[in-house]
This record gives sequence, structure tokens and C-alpha cells, in this order.
Amino acid sequence: MWENIKEFASTFFVTGDPLIYGADVSIALTMVAIVFVLTKYKKWGWLWREWLTTVDHKRIGIMYLIASLLMLFRGGVDALLMRVQLAFPNVEFLHSDHYNAIFTTHGTIMILFMAMPMMFGLFNMVVPLQLGARDVAYPFLNAVSFWLFMLGAMLFNLSFVIGGSPDAGWLSYPPLSQNDFSPGPGQNFWIWGIQISGIGSLATGINFIVTILKMRAPGMKLSNMPLFSWSVLSSSIMIIFAFPILTVTIALLFLDRFAGAHFFTMGGGGNPMMYLNLIWMWGHPEVYIVVVPAFGIFSEVVATFSKKTIFGYKSMVWALMSIAVASFFTWAHHFFTMGTSASVIIFFAISTMVIAIPTGVKIFNWLFTMFRGRISFKQPMLWTIAFIPCFVVGGATGVMLAVAPADYQYHNSYFLIAHFHQVLIGGVVFGYLAGIYYWWPKLFGFKLDEKLGRWGFWFWNIGFYVCFMPQYALGFMGMTRRYYTYGWDRGWADLNLISTVGAFLMGIGFIFQVWQIAYSIKHGERDTTGDPWNARTLEWSIPSPAPFYNFAVVPTVKGADDWWLTKQAKENGTYKEEPAHLEPIHMPKNSGIPFIMSLFFFLIGFGFTFHWVWMAVIGFIGVALCMWARSFQYDTDYYVPVEEVRSTEASLGRVY
Amino acid sequence: MSQHENHGDHHNHGSLKSYVIGFILSIVLTIIPLVMVMNNMLDKTTTVIWILVMAVLQFIVQLFFFMHVREGEKPRYNVQTLVLGLVIVFTIIAGSIWIMMFNKY
Ligand code: HEM
Ligand SMILES: [Cu+2]
Repeated sequence: MWENIKEFASTFFVTGDPLIYGADVSIALTMVAIVFVLTKYKKWGWLWREWLTTVDHKRIGIMYLIASLLMLFRGGVDALLMRVQLAFPNVEFLHSDHYNAIFTTHGTIMILFMAMPMMFGLFNMVVPLQLGARDVAYPFLNAVSFWLFMLGAMLFNLSFVIGGSPDAGWLSYPPLSQNDFSPGPGQNFWIWGIQISGIGSLATGINFIVTILKMRAPGMKLSNMPLFSWSVLSSSIMIIFAFPILTVTIALLFLDRFAGAHFFTMGGGGNPMMYLNLIWMWGHPEVYIVVVPAFGIFSEVVATFSKKTIFGYKSMVWALMSIAVASFFTWAHHFFTMGTSASVIIFFAISTMVIAIPTGVKIFNWLFTMFRGRISFKQPMLWTIAFIPCFVVGGATGVMLAVAPADYQYHNSYFLIAHFHQVLIGGVVFGYLAGIYYWWPKLFGFKLDEKLGRWGFWFWNIGFYVCFMPQYALGFMGMTRRYYTYGWDRGWADLNLISTVGAFLMGIGFIFQVWQIAYSIKHGERDTTGDPWNARTLEWSIPSPAPFYNFAVVPTVKGADDWWLTKQAKENGTYKEEPAHLEPIHMPKNSGIPFIMSLFFFLIGFGFTFHWVWMAVIGFIGVALCMWARSFQYDTDYYVPVEEVRSTEASLGRVY
Repeated sequence: MSQHENHGDHHNHGSLKSYVIGFILSIVLTIIPLVMVMNNMLDKTTTVIWILVMAVLQFIVQLFFFMHVREGEKPRYNVQTLVLGLVIVFTIIAGSIWIMMFNKY
């Protein structure tokens, strides 16, 4: 008996590496600490009522934000470990297997569990407020999405200490990801972590499309909807068409692994290249899914901090929406070297270059908006200005990669690594950071400290160029990606060392930002007006932090940049105060079902990961029961009485 | 499509009967290709064509019996989405076939 348990434990838990034992200990300690604090301060009920069961889009947004920052930390530590390993030739810090696992988890986490949730956090924090709505179209589904993401991410991260991490690259190409070469649970963790959170992403896409099309305040036509909401619409359209492809593709991969099917195997009629073809049909739209909302953020920030309406609103909308469609026609540029027919290569090379056009249009629009504006360089604007040169260079190297014959040289070299980090960090991360700095006061009621933020900003920016510029050169010098060590004779040593220094500078930048948040919670400048940046759109017309029902009175919109129009009218004295008429507010009730149902989804994933079918069956039954229970729940909403609205508003300094 | 529109306030989300019919049709359309493949009934090209035909029929059944494409008010977002969806489905299938043709040589 004891022998059996010991044997089970030694394969179940990851053993033999001091780094991982360290992680085990710290995870255990964190758990104990959390349980202790919650019990000591009697906070379990609070946690359940206020957070685990909430359907409030603002709270869900905050939870996404926290989760994504934690994942940025984990992905960042992975990155630093890799950079330490590559700092000098012949370093014996990580073994090759360990290095493989780390770049796999780094890539997967950064894209799917950092960028995606940070983006969903921003969707949730901003879109309903910007539209003048009281919540998203399906608040319950929104909670389901969040918890599916969260438990999918936890399942994936668990592979670090249980079972072993996946190590076949962030997209898990077969044949490497098949049973022959990747036995054991690591790949299954990858499949199920992504599968579960992917269902959540799909639901979020649906939710925000409906919210944007159906829940806008009266008078807000699509043609004067703020650009961030437009970008969310564009991104959500891509989500609903791209994520099903991902789901099916990795379901087929799972069938190959679990049931011995032959979709992507080397023999038996399968074809591994078909997997590449399918996964990039999701993968290419995916990179636009994450970057387009950043474009929306920049549009809001540039207009606000230049005190001008955005230049070329219509062309912006056109650019955002045309990307949503065009992004589905470029996927094969990720495997030009596969060796298909010349006409395929020509088609995809040209379509890739064409998609650069709408992006270029937007860059010019932002520049023209700034031109002759009264620019104030607050933190959101700093990140926006840093984004422009960074993204232009990243885009230009992207067009270089699209030149198919040349790509035979660049493909899978450090040139590629530098290119995509430049667009992902310079575009996506800088964009989301700009958005977080911009909307933070609306969510939390205080600004993030400028001084610490500037330190963080400069460390990130200088670190970025120091880290990634040398990698373009390394690519030309023949260094390929996923290389775990190299010899002195290659001549790559100096540039790699410089690159590692840059990575640590970015790490310091991140520490400054964590410090900034901690500091600002106590000392940050409080926002008493609700409009700390003198901004233009509806979310700034209500108090900060926004009350749970958002708008005491649903606004009637008169034009683009409605809040700016209102402020102008007040200044000119042409503003007619309409008698505010409070009415009871219809709100959704909290529910525990999303959380519980997601736990059952977790069981499904965990069960299949270890081939414990009984556990997966329990999971499926649980999910079905939760859906059943929800279908017969009729008491799902309530009214906030006028008195409560009035007193809440009064406590925020607004009298009705 | 629009002449089938059910005017008036009440939303028609289908009857039990239409759901049962849809359910049976979709199961039958799943079983046919399965049986054909498992028993090696036809040669390869014919099987592929049959599977594609069944897939298209399945798609139509889903749209009409479960997705209720005929319902919905103006503006007809469901039709717009459907058209975009068809374009993308076409791209996925035709694009894959085109790209993967190199296998033949
Ligand atoms: C914070 C600074 C970052 C550093 C220093 C960094 C560093 C690295 C390194 C060293 C690799 C592995 C290269 C190789 O051996 O092939 C890598 C791969 C990768 N990174 Fe980053 N990274 C950073 C941020 C990000 C971000 C923000 C994202 C996405 C939003 C990202 C996405 C990826 C992806 C997708 C891969 C490919 C993984 C694979 O080969 O399967 N990285 N990164
Ligand atoms: Cu691409």
C-alpha cells in the first residue's frame, strides 16, 4: 500500500529539480497564508458574496486584471530564466528539456493567459460604461467566461508541479506533440487548459458583440460610438470566427493522443502539416484579436490628451473593421517554408502586405490628431507615444518576413523572435498598459502615481530596445529560436549578453509598476470629479469608482464624444439642465453557478489529462446539472429602489 | 427568407415538434457518413463527396431548426453574420484544400 502511494506520488508530482521544490514550498505557503487570513478576518462570506458569485462587469474586469498581472509575472520569470540560460555560451543553468518546457509555458501563458485576460479585463471595465449601459448583455454568461478562463489557466499552471509541463512549443506542433514524442500528461494539460479557457473566450466574444449592437444608450448611433468600443467589436467578431477553429483543431489533436486517431500522425493517412494549417487559421486572427483593442485604446488616449477629436474617425472605423475580415486571409505566412505551390505563397505574401495598409492608416490618424494639439504627457499618453515608433519598426520587419523568398532565411530565427516581441510588447503590452493607466481611476477612484510610473516606463522602454534589437542581428548571424545553448565559436556571445541585460531592465520596470500600485493604493491622487483627465466619452460623466449600476439615469446621447459636447455646452452656457428623473434600476442577481460549473469543467480537464475517465465523467455530469439548475432558475434579477440609488449617488457627491 | 417572417410581438422560438425533427435529422446526418466510412462502402473520392454533402445538410439543419435564422428583427444582424460566417467557412475549407494540395505530388 505505502509502496503504491510512493510510486504514484513520484510520477504524479514533478520531482528532482530544486527550482520546482522551491515553487512547491511557496505555493503551499501562499495557500496556507490565504486560508489563514480569510479565516482570521472572517472573510470567506465576503469572498463568496462579493467576488466569486459576482456578475458585475466591473468586478469581473478587476479579477481579469489581477489574474493577468499574475500571469505576466509568471511569464516574465520564465522569460528571465531563458535569458539567464542564454546570457553566456555553454551555461549549465537549465537542461535542454527544462528550457523546452519554459519557452512553451512562456509563450502559451503570455498569449493565452496574460494578453487575453488583460484584454477581457479592459473590455469589461470599459465597454458598458462607454456605451452608457448598466451591464453587458449577458452578465451571467460573462461570469461563466471569467471562471472558465480562470480554471483553464489554473489547470495549465498546475502542470508546473503536477505531472510535468508541456514542452512542444506554444502551438504544440505534431509530430512532436503526439504520444510517441510527448508521452505523459504535459501535452494534455496544454490541450485542456486552452480548451476550457477557449470556451470562455468564445462566450465573451458573443457577449460583447451583442452588448455593442444592442445595449448602447439611446441616441448613440454606431456612427458615433467611441473607437475603443469599435475596436472591441472588431476583436469580438474575430473571436467568434477564430476560436471555434482552435477548439476543433486541438480536439482533433486530443483524439489522436487519447483515442489513437490519425488526423495529424505521420502514418495512417494523417498529416502533421494539416495541424499547422488549421492552428494558424486561428493563430493569425488571434494576434489581431489582441492588438486591435490596443489600437482602440490609443485612439481614446490620443484624443483625450491632445484635446482634439480623433482625426479621420471614419477611416479608423473602416480600418478596424477591415482588419477583422482581412486577418482571416493571411494565415499561411506562418509556414511559407512548408513548400506548397508558388501560387499559394504569392497569394499569402500579398495578402499579408495588404493588411499592413489599414494599420498604417491608423498610425497617420494618430499623428494627425496629435499635430497642433495641446498634448499633455500623462502616463497613458507616454505609453502611446512609445508605442508608435516601436510598432512601426515591428510592422516593417513583419513586412520583411512577408517577402516569401526572404522568409526562407528569416524563418524561425531570432529575427522572427525580435519581430513578434516588438509587436506584442510594443503594441499589445504597451497598449494595455496605456489603457490600464487611463481607466484605472474610473475603476478604483485614484490615479496611479506619476513618478514611480515614469521610472517603470523608462525601464521598460530602454530595456525593450536593449533586449530585442540585438536579436535581429543574432537572427542574421544564424541563431535560430528555441536554442538552449551555444558555443563560443559562434560569435553570438556579446549580443546575447546585451539582450539579457535588457530583459532584466524590463523586469525592473515591472517591479516599479508593482511598487507603483502598492504605493498609490495609499497615496495615489484621489479622483473626486469622475473626470480626472478632462476626457471625452460617457464613462467619465459618472463618479469614480463607478457605482454598481453605473448610470443613475441612462444618458441620452447627442453626438460623438458626447461628454465633451456636454462640457462644452456647459461652458458656453447653452447647456439645458434636463430634470433628472430617477427610476428603479433593473439589475441581475449574483449567482454561484458559473464558479461551480467551471470547477466541474476543471474536473473534466484534469480527468482527461491523466486518463482518469471516471473523473471526467463526474465533471460532465456536474456541468450538465449546473446547466439544468440554471435553466429552471426564474428569480434571476431584481430592482434597485429609487431611494437606494439616491442615497448611493449622494454618498458620491451627486444630488438628484 | 423574409416572407416567412413572423410579424407581431410574440417571438416564435420553435415548437417541440420542430426541435425533435431537427434532432433526428442531425443524428441521421451524422450516422450516414460514419457507417459509410466504417464499412468502407464506397471508394475514397465518392466517400469524401458524400461526407461534404452531409456536412452541408447538417449545417442547414442546425441553422433552421436550432439557430432560428428566420427569426430576428431589423437590422438583420443575423443575416450579416451568416454571410460573413459562410465566407470564412468557405475560406477554411477551400483554403485548406488548396494549401494542402502539395501532398499529391
Ligand atoms: C517581458 C519581456 C519578454 C522577454 C525577455 C521574452 C523572452 C523570450 C524568449 C527568450 C523566448 C524564447 C526564444 C527561444 O528560445 O526560442 C520567447 C519566446 C516567446 N515569447 Fe517572449 N519574452 C517577453 C515577453 C513576451 C510577451 C509579452 C509575449 C506575448 C504577449 C511573448 C510571447 C512569446 C512567444 C509566443 C514565444 C514563442 C514560444 C515558443 O517558441 O513556443 N513574450 N520570449
Ligand atoms: Cu500571422
